[in-house]
Amino acid sequence: MNKRLIPFLAAIAALAAVAAGAVAAPGSTAASCPTVTDGQLTIGTDNPAFPPWFGGGSKTSKWKINDPSTGKGYESAVAYAIAKRLGYAKAQVKWTFVPFNKSFAPGSKSFDFDINQISITPARAKVVSFSKSYYDVNQAIVVNKGTKIAAVRGIKGLEQYKLGAQLGTTSYQFIKDRIKPAQQPSVFNSNATAVLALKNKQIDGLVVDLPTAFFVTAVQVPNGKILGQFENKGKTTDSFGVVLAKGNPLTACVNKAVTALRGNGTLKNLQRIWLAKATGAPILK
Amino acid sequence: MAIALVSTTVFFALVVVAVTHAPGWPQVRSQFFDWGEFKATFPEIARAFLLNIKIFCIAEVFILVFALFLAVLRGLPGPVFFPLRALAIVYADLFRGIPTILVIAMLGFGAPALGLSYVPKSVVFWGIVSLVLIYSAYVSEVYRAGIDSIHPSQEAAARSLGLTRWQTLRSVILPQAVRRVIPPLLNDFIGLQKDTALVGTLGAIEAFQQSQIDTNATFNFTAYLAAAVLFVAVTIPLARFTDWLVARDRRRRQAGGLAA
Repeated sequence: MNKRLIPFLAAIAALAAVAAGAVAAPGSTAASCPTVTDGQLTIGTDNPAFPPWFGGGSKTSKWKINDPSTGKGYESAVAYAIAKRLGYAKAQVKWTFVPFNKSFAPGSKSFDFDINQISITPARAKVVSFSKSYYDVNQAIVVNKGTKIAAVRGIKGLEQYKLGAQLGTTSYQFIKDRIKPAQQPSVFNSNATAVLALKNKQIDGLVVDLPTAFFVTAVQVPNGKILGQFENKGKTTDSFGVVLAKGNPLTACVNKAVTALRGNGTLKNLQRIWLAKATGAPILK
Repeated sequence: MAIALVSTTVFFALVVVAVTHAPGWPQVRSQFFDWGEFKATFPEIARAFLLNIKIFCIAEVFILVFALFLAVLRGLPGPVFFPLRALAIVYADLFRGIPTILVIAMLGFGAPALGLSYVPKSVVFWGIVSLVLIYSAYVSEVYRAGIDSIHPSQEAAARSLGLTRWQTLRSVILPQAVRRVIPPLLNDFIGLQKDTALVGTLGAIEAFQQSQIDTNATFNFTAYLAAAVLFVAVTIPLARFTDWLVARDRRRRQAGGLAA
């Protein structure tokens, strides 16, 4: 996009916001649900934005793989659904690049909420505010076809292998707590390096969330296969929530929106559209 | 002396007051200086730090040898050795110029990707190789500075006593040159010691990667502090040791003028 156009567009967006405010959007007032920029909802996510969480490709050089403002992909769709509930039209939603680390760094936030497959945990909730879960996720393991690990049929059998996970995911914790492998697992700073290590057979299996596992096997590792998924239960229940600054009053507004979206079946429907493929994997017990 | 003491005290008091009275200090304190978090994460980070020490010790030995070889190569006289000299120069330029993290990524992920069965897949192995390649470039420059600092009359004298070029280098030039560059050498090793953390980007769980895991699990940055304490606990003694080495060397050389 032409740089000089941005202030111009922002002005239009602001005008639109005023107009939208005038017609009184459903269930939100600026006073009880304040945002970083008045009349605009700023949503953060990491870059690149991976499928199936984001989709529709990217026409700008700013966003790699997918531009979150397409509304395509599960998280993008959920974000716009929340925005709509809060009374923001599509044009009033602005996406901003927030690296994972920055989403929980102290100090003022550049976003109203951040949506980036972030798992809700009690320890994290001491530092940031989480919305209610917009997706309950299962962990899964991806391996190379034809390797020894590909014949394993249960969690027990995975103990002896070199496993890997991506930094900042609950997948690593899952490996430590549930699989308890004999070898020290590897932890990679990005999806790209984790996938490369699997391709290189530097690790035998990569533990990721199930929807990501489908993307990994469909696109990133052609010779990969999903060995199975693990049940989401008990101590290892894992849900994604959007991240807000600690104590941000907007949290209550977002929660209301998420609850409504869950109640009226919108979340289920969006999961059917964007994560449909991501259910059929054998369960490893 | 008294003035210095007072001004130092006042200065640090001001800094402490400014930081602790900042509006965001309570949050910064709880996210960076959480004692409970420190205690909880320290033991595992300390265990992971053993990998840093291992990488450091192995790399250091190879760097010392390989860098000396490069420095000697670069000091070869005469037009015949021009290709070797040029090679050493290109090497030093290249490996001092490329970001360490890129070399580590290229070798750590790239070399195993070739799929050759005799190429090791271990990321620690490739991490060490990368650090040796990069730090040898720096250290060879340090050696070279040392060699260049030895007065040419030393070589002339040695040659006139009948020593060969090689003997002159080995028994006259290098012992003096190396002694002179010990402080900058150790300086580079402090850098090396910190850069071992980059091997973590390959997936190996060393101290920094472990602290990142902890930080990401709790959204609390105190784990970085725990890693920092470990790194500092090694680098500060190393720095003091260097000072002691230099002081001892100076004493010996000034003792009588006869001692070697």
